[in-house]
Amino acid sequence: MNARDRTLVTLVAALVALLALGALLPPWQFLATVALAKGCAVLGLMLLLRTGLVSFGQGLYFCLGAYSAGSLGQFFGVTDALVLLTVGSLVAAVVAVVLGFLLANYRSIFFAMLSLALSMILYGLLVKSEALGSTDGFNVTPPTLAGSAISGHDGRFSLYALACVVAFAAALSLDRYFHTPLGRLAAAIRDNELRVEYMGASVRQAIHVKYVIACSLAGLGGALTGLTVGHIDPEMAYWTTSGEFVFVAILAGTGSVAAPFLGSVLFEIVRSVAYQHSPNTWQLALGTAMLLVIMFLPNGLWSMFATRGKAA
Amino acid sequence: MTVDPILEARALSKRFGAVVAAANINVAIENDSVVGLIGANGAGKTTFVNMITGYLKPDSGTVSFEGRDITALLPREVTRIGICRSFQIPQLYNSLTVRENLGIALGIVLRNSRTFLWARLPKRVPGHAGTLPEAAATMLERFGLTDHGDRLAGVLPEGIRKLLDIAMALVVKPKVLLLDEPTSGISSDEKFDIMDRVMRAVRADGVTVLFIEHDMDIVSRYAQRVMAFYEGRILADGLAAAVLADKEVRRYVIGGPQVRADEQAENADA
Amino acid sequence: MRELLAVVIDGAIYASWLFVVAIGLTLIYGVMKILNMAHGSLYALGAYAAASLGGAWLAGGHSPYASYAILVLAALIVGLIAGPLLERGLLRFMYGKDEIVLLLVTYAVFLILEDVIKLIWGVDPYFIAQPYGMLGNLDFAGLTYPVYSFVLIAVAIFTGIGVAWVLQRTRPGKLLLVVIHDREVSLAMGINVSLFYLATFTAGAMLAAIGGALTAPTVSVVPGMGVEVIVLAFAVVVIGGLGSLPGAALGALIVGLVRSAAVHYLPQVELFSIYLVMALVLVVRPKGLFAGFEARKI
Repeated sequence: MNARDRTLVTLVAALVALLALGALLPPWQFLATVALAKGCAVLGLMLLLRTGLVSFGQGLYFCLGAYSAGSLGQFFGVTDALVLLTVGSLVAAVVAVVLGFLLANYRSIFFAMLSLALSMILYGLLVKSEALGSTDGFNVTPPTLAGSAISGHDGRFSLYALACVVAFAAALSLDRYFHTPLGRLAAAIRDNELRVEYMGASVRQAIHVKYVIACSLAGLGGALTGLTVGHIDPEMAYWTTSGEFVFVAILAGTGSVAAPFLGSVLFEIVRSVAYQHSPNTWQLALGTAMLLVIMFLPNGLWSMFATRGKAA
Repeated sequence: MTVDPILEARALSKRFGAVVAAANINVAIENDSVVGLIGANGAGKTTFVNMITGYLKPDSGTVSFEGRDITALLPREVTRIGICRSFQIPQLYNSLTVRENLGIALGIVLRNSRTFLWARLPKRVPGHAGTLPEAAATMLERFGLTDHGDRLAGVLPEGIRKLLDIAMALVVKPKVLLLDEPTSGISSDEKFDIMDRVMRAVRADGVTVLFIEHDMDIVSRYAQRVMAFYEGRILADGLAAAVLADKEVRRYVIGGPQVRADEQAENADA
Repeated sequence: MRELLAVVIDGAIYASWLFVVAIGLTLIYGVMKILNMAHGSLYALGAYAAASLGGAWLAGGHSPYASYAILVLAALIVGLIAGPLLERGLLRFMYGKDEIVLLLVTYAVFLILEDVIKLIWGVDPYFIAQPYGMLGNLDFAGLTYPVYSFVLIAVAIFTGIGVAWVLQRTRPGKLLLVVIHDREVSLAMGINVSLFYLATFTAGAMLAAIGGALTAPTVSVVPGMGVEVIVLAFAVVVIGGLGSLPGAALGALIVGLVRSAAVHYLPQVELFSIYLVMALVLVVRPKGLFAGFEARKI
């Protein structure tokens, strides 16, 4: 498959480039790691967008992933990064399986509103939970990988490399998924649910599966963010966090599995620059950019780079 | 020799508030037949098709397929057992190409054929000769859509959209095909061409066809049997020629110039 | 018993505040099918305008009793500026697009307005406590309440009745109901739907601003004060039914009482309970407790 090979090549090249950049420019590592972690959440959101759904509640799973990984480290002494990341995704996946039964019945603004409400429920719970630090949250024990520390001065590159590989794996897996019959159903469901049902497939089941995948990715991103930043708090479940993911997803568009990560990195760069120089106007810039994209580039910024034709 | 009907409706009834969409409909369709459904707008033809395919639940009555009660089945279950339909307004995936539209349909067939969640997908699409891309190409050819293969479904002319809509219904290799106004919205010169193409592609496999139509030329040309609907009831049901000549059918269904011509002929006799 | 009374009164006060804040949101959705995420920002604009204008009024030595009117006036001015600006300048180009696209557009507007507020008023808090403290407290049944809270209840009732009266007794109001039922038929009948959309959005903006203006004396007016309000208003409107005026009242009452009960009996679930109710309502009756203004189309 020509398109598939192209994507693989692009992703490998990106991985190599990222690793090189990280090795040459240590200050870049932290920002990029956080960006790649959040990019995973946006990647999941992209899957939902392709299915025609906008979730304003991915923060729920982002937060769940972070808190599971954090709790495992803080209260049970587990520090291996791979274990923590896996647990983060799994917890998110399990919750998504349960909530998915409910959410798969809704569309459009009701889906958005319900997902928002569910994330705010978690926020409300965490804010009042003394054991988990309420509004302050708590610190995450420094992670290790195969025994050696991967945070702090010496280990930082390892954590960064881990993030790069995780992002690469997530992007590649999702790309492969889009080429399976169930993956292709996403666009069909977005275009015409009635027809999909009449063709013999269950739209509800398909959406449920996609929802679980998207939320697992958000959980993965949350766990990774927690490990990188070293601190987690309930703000991760607040609706504005979910809104940020939506913003990046819209900006990046649904054109390619690399787009969410590119968009996320761009976003983090702009945010850190804007915070330094003009903290009172960066949201204005974001909002304006979003409006421009919605009005003139409905497929996101990625469509500016994509070749003529459609989503891979 | 009595052959069991492949599709049967018994005492099918449905009302929407004060509107009677179906009143005690009894129908038995023979295997490998071609039946035309005629009737004015609102007479209950599409409601009938909706009830057969599980999109609407009848207030009372049953639908059976090959002797099995399918009244309570969902549209996707009805499709899987072998009854497919096309739509009056083509239901396509507008942002995908013609080839991709068929690909989605074939992909669903592929997935449904898998018994276990973890079983590998078969290479060959069941019911088709070849892998998914090959099956798609064959279907495109059968319906004369090869030239349009890579165009987006949303920008195609109506006739092509109709053909694609019907082609997608046939991907499942159904035993019964329900066509809802297959030639509506198509110019007169193209109607027969399209209907020919469809019937040729379908009848070779012995598929039972029910089609809803307003164009009486199409009906008389392709239907062996005709059912005339009127206000939720079946006014007449029999051989095409007989039903189309029936007085009540001409008055309530065909109407217009035919009725006036009939009345003039009557007055001339008197 | 006193505890119960406290729960009910607290609930009623909170419900009144919620109602005034949410009524604009449900009105805009009912007419234009837009779920306005910028609603909280309009609320904040009202609060800031009230703080500024009211502050200037009081500093100028004018009658503190008239300051209430000034607060409302400030809100109306904000609504009259922001409403048409947003509707004519942006939203009207988006009509006909998917509801979710419009939601995202209003989300972008929310981001923009948050910074606009900071640019105009800076990041330091504003205070305008006088209209609040001036009225003193009311003691009864062993409970103490600021009189201002009862003013809020009165305003909520008055606003609700006022809007209902406009919709059902006046000619423009009845025409608006027609527009709500069927936009296309209204157009065909010669109704100036454009004008109604403009008027509705402006009215919604004014109502949101009034909510903020009346809240200003009770809090410190700071950037970001609209952020939490959006979700609360959503909860109220969704519970009651998008587009329903009685629904907004019922939703406000339910949320108000639930929160009040939580605060008194089980403080840990205060925030969580509101959104749980919202989620439950969405599950059981996605359209809300009232079907809304929409006519039933078979």
